[in-house]
Amino acid sequence: MTIQAFLKVEKMSVGYGATTVLDDLDLGIGKGEFVALLGSSGCGKTTLLRTIAGFAKPNAGSIRVAGRDVTHMAPDKRGMALVFQSYALWPHMTVAQNIGYGLKLQKRSREEIDARIKEMQDLLGLSGLGSRKPGQLSGGQRQRVALGRALAIDPEILLLDEPLSNLDARIRLTVRHEIRSLQKRLGITAIHVTHDREEAMVMADRIVIMNAGRIEQQGSPEAVYNMPASPFVAAFMGAENILSMQARVSGEQIELHEGAFNASTVTARNGRDLRSGPVELRFRAEAARLTSNSATAAVEPGALELRGQVTSVSYPGGHWRHAVRLGVDEILVDSDNPFGQGEIVKISVPATALFIFNASSEGTAH
Amino acid sequence: MARVDLWWLPRALILGLLAFIIFGPLTNLVLWTVAEKWYFPHMLPLEYGFSFWQRVFAPRGNAMGSLLTSITIAILTVIASLALAIPAGYALSRLKLPFRGLILLAFLIPQAFPNLPVYVNIARFFYQIGLNGTIAGVVMVHVTHGLVYAVWIATAAFSAVDTDLEEAARSIGAGPFRAFRDVTLPLAAPGLMASAIFVFLESLDEFTGTYFVGAPDVTTLPLLLYTAGSGGNYQIASITALLLLVPSIGFMLVVERFLRADVLSKVGH
Repeated sequence: MTIQAFLKVEKMSVGYGATTVLDDLDLGIGKGEFVALLGSSGCGKTTLLRTIAGFAKPNAGSIRVAGRDVTHMAPDKRGMALVFQSYALWPHMTVAQNIGYGLKLQKRSREEIDARIKEMQDLLGLSGLGSRKPGQLSGGQRQRVALGRALAIDPEILLLDEPLSNLDARIRLTVRHEIRSLQKRLGITAIHVTHDREEAMVMADRIVIMNAGRIEQQGSPEAVYNMPASPFVAAFMGAENILSMQARVSGEQIELHEGAFNASTVTARNGRDLRSGPVELRFRAEAARLTSNSATAAVEPGALELRGQVTSVSYPGGHWRHAVRLGVDEILVDSDNPFGQGEIVKISVPATALFIFNASSEGTAH
Repeated sequence: MARVDLWWLPRALILGLLAFIIFGPLTNLVLWTVAEKWYFPHMLPLEYGFSFWQRVFAPRGNAMGSLLTSITIAILTVIASLALAIPAGYALSRLKLPFRGLILLAFLIPQAFPNLPVYVNIARFFYQIGLNGTIAGVVMVHVTHGLVYAVWIATAAFSAVDTDLEEAARSIGAGPFRAFRDVTLPLAAPGLMASAIFVFLESLDEFTGTYFVGAPDVTTLPLLLYTAGSGGNYQIASITALLLLVPSIGFMLVVERFLRADVLSKVGH
């Protein structure tokens, strides 16, 4: 990492009883950075967040904030604030009391607390709701109160545990941008746990993809999207089409052997860490191009050309989606024009959209 | 409209019977409180009046004194029970204790054994250490009885408070006790209130233990009722019983408001 890590998690292992949830995990987060922990349920992302917050105890490893060791510190001493998936607003307190509680704990003066509550309400569009109880608010408003309560104390690190998953799809889209712009404006360091890929892509500076208690890959949204480092990441990033082939790696070139449905192709290695042998190919439905069998357009260099039979066509909106059969495999390919069912078609996958991994690597999680 | 629904007949009969079972003895009780003269074979009292009320509430009548003793003991029992049940209930609901179910069942033990032998032995023991015939002794007996309600309901009340709410307070700077005081306790308060009412009523009604440990130095309302009843004075007994009934009914109406379904569903779990 080039930026000096503000929050540093080192060699951390967390487990309950005999089960290990997080295993020897390292993570560094820079000041003011917005990091999304992305993964399917049970991958350990929430446990990682709760361990950083101090609600789960690591068996090994350390957590440092600005060089200060907080590994064994109580949650209330860490200078962080956690926003819960359930919002966890206190139903016996008003909106203003919820937001002002952290300041009351800091023994600030009455006027100071009132001013800060007002500031938070204005910032989050909650003006005039100060005397309501959480039960009288809509889901989006509750979410904002939870955010205001966390932000009011000016935390060094804001922790967000799937704060959008209980919102309506439409509100979720706007709240994403609200949280992101707020975080940028206030310059807060934030860690956001989510299982929603798009949410992570839109909000975060850096995405940390987790799988089975380990970090599979981390990087900017475009890096993890365009250069997935493992089949798991590729699948999580939407490259659901899988084909198995034989490949020979020589120098800077990868040769994909001719198969029953494809001619042999030579494509650039592009820094991929690959060995000769059986490989797994992955690509997105929208990245491939569909043409009729009789089309004679030249194959662009490095692209993989496949031949298959259309088994079904559907229209999910914007483009036509074709299921194409290649022997036992079936792949999905999008196209602007529909092709008839049973038609033999040519599919070409450009080199940049082709993700190649050694088969039977330990990362194949599907 | 050829068919007449005859189902109302058994329904009305059953409801009537039920009402009679519940209100029949109560009516009898109320009649006795205002009966001046009533003997067999007359269905209703021969003379009505309030002279026995005067006797009960007269300075020499003991009733007011007993009522005060009863209420004092009940309040002390509630305080002692809650002082034990709040930490115990919180621990049972939050900590992953082994044998949690067994611990909860242990509080039922005082109810499980036959009362008389237990109280005779307690009385003997209390006599040796000088607790017999003291308010403190009676309160201790009542606490063992009330604790099962107090701990079970308190555990349920704390279980109904989401740990997220507590952690939300911890995460923005509240220490464990502060979070408990500001968040957990106020949210569990209705359930704790309900358990306090149960303990209060249980203590107010308790007879056997009070009789063995308290009598004759400590006279509560049930003891007075017993003395009057066994002396054949049904008027005094009925008036005392009516006095005991008032807080019971009053609190029962209130307790329903405090005991919410989410707390009730967690009782004993």
